[in-house]
Amino acid sequence: MSELPGDLQYTKEHEWLRREDDGSVTIGITDHAQSALGDLVYVELPEVGQDVELDGEMAVVESVKAASDVYAPVAGTIVAVNEGLADDPEIINSDPYGEGWIVRMKTSADGEGLMSPEEYQALLDELDA
Amino acid sequence: MGLKTPLHDKHLEAGARIVDFGGWDMPVNYGSQKEEHHAVRLKAGVFDVSHMTIVDIAGDRARDFLQHLLANDVGRVNTPGKAIYTCMLNDDGGVIDDLIVYFFTDSSYRLVVNAATREKDLAWIRKQAEVFDVRVGERAELAMLAVQGPEARALAAPVIDEGWREQALALKPFTAMHAGDLFVARTGYTGEDGWEIVMPAADAPRVWDRLLAAGVTPCGLGARDTLRLEAAMNLYGSDMDETITPLEAGLGWTVAWEPADRDFIGRAALERQRVEPTQRFVGLLLEDKGVLRAHQRVVVEGLGDGEITSGGFSPTIERSIALARVPAGDYDRASVDIRGKLLDVRIVGTPFVRNGEIRIDV
Repeated sequence: MSELPGDLQYTKEHEWLRREDDGSVTIGITDHAQSALGDLVYVELPEVGQDVELDGEMAVVESVKAASDVYAPVAGTIVAVNEGLADDPEIINSDPYGEGWIVRMKTSADGEGLMSPEEYQALLDELDA
Repeated sequence: MGLKTPLHDKHLEAGARIVDFGGWDMPVNYGSQKEEHHAVRLKAGVFDVSHMTIVDIAGDRARDFLQHLLANDVGRVNTPGKAIYTCMLNDDGGVIDDLIVYFFTDSSYRLVVNAATREKDLAWIRKQAEVFDVRVGERAELAMLAVQGPEARALAAPVIDEGWREQALALKPFTAMHAGDLFVARTGYTGEDGWEIVMPAADAPRVWDRLLAAGVTPCGLGARDTLRLEAAMNLYGSDMDETITPLEAGLGWTVAWEPADRDFIGRAALERQRVEPTQRFVGLLLEDKGVLRAHQRVVVEGLGDGEITSGGFSPTIERSIALARVPAGDYDRASVDIRGKLLDVRIVGTPFVRNGEIRIDV
């Protein structure tokens, strides 16, 4: 099991969130999530400018095996989506925390309830047990 | 934890991700489902199908019994080793299970039925067998491997004793033979050439190792599903069940109507339905990006709704395909409701892919 990036926050639904220097947040799914889904074949992205609620369905990732909703870890407005995923959704498999990001959002939420890397690791350990 | 096949440790050794399948702990993939899929289309892959249920039927009236039990007619096979695919129906014509039956002699047959339906199948078969006085013997001590792909038989041949090898390589499609302790059948569930090999459980790990050493790729249930979908082979529980007749599941070709006086279970119900079909069972190709999935609604303008029974992404075609039950009628376009959006699909002939080749216009 690879080490979790220390600069991210996590959700129990296996999304990650990174706070960028310009105040926006970048969101994706974790290595655990991509591995459980298997080879990704399609990503349905939201529109730029769309408002999303906390825990609202924000995107759908589909693998050869299943479709899975991606929930918004914070409320906000979509400012960018990863267009590269349209032609190459497997970027999420190969680089879930980097090139495989899904959306960028503007948010004023402080991210209450998000998990630290240590807390998320504990959740993964529990799932493995 | 669920039931484990004799190859469970081998799966873990090969890095399998294990899931529950009908009460069994089975490998869903060993890393990449797509790579396993391509291995079978391009070279050779091996699936552990030991969870499937093997049932031997023996007795003087075995043939009469199976002619009553099954919708296809075992009376059509007279060559030892010849196999037929058939449905086993209830009185309403609904499918209790689909299975392969191998003919040995008029008094001896082998059935291979699904794992998830094992208990109800055995109960039904035993109940129907009573009046025919035949023996119904489950062969739980046997393991089964499916070696599939254009190079599968060549790569697997060395696991067969030399004295039997040539004869095994000469088996025609849908025939089988005993080769020492092994039972070798030229059958499968992928749309590729290959064998299904039945063997004593104790031999399975050694055969598995030899296949992998020969360059055969271990493949999980995930690839098995995308391969069978491309080959348009029905999956029990998805494409048909006890409320669906073979005529509603694209399996009319497996129902033997002649001889007209053969009284198989479900016949009367099928005869009624045969007169006026209300549904078609078709292949769909999604024109847009996205993924067709089971239970999505198919909308046919002017005729009503249908439903996808199996769907997914085709790694060979690199588009999404599906099998669907739709209203009867003459049309070749429809749309599918994917999360509230109607996307265009084309109705296409099946199979989508066979023997490594795409068989539809894309």
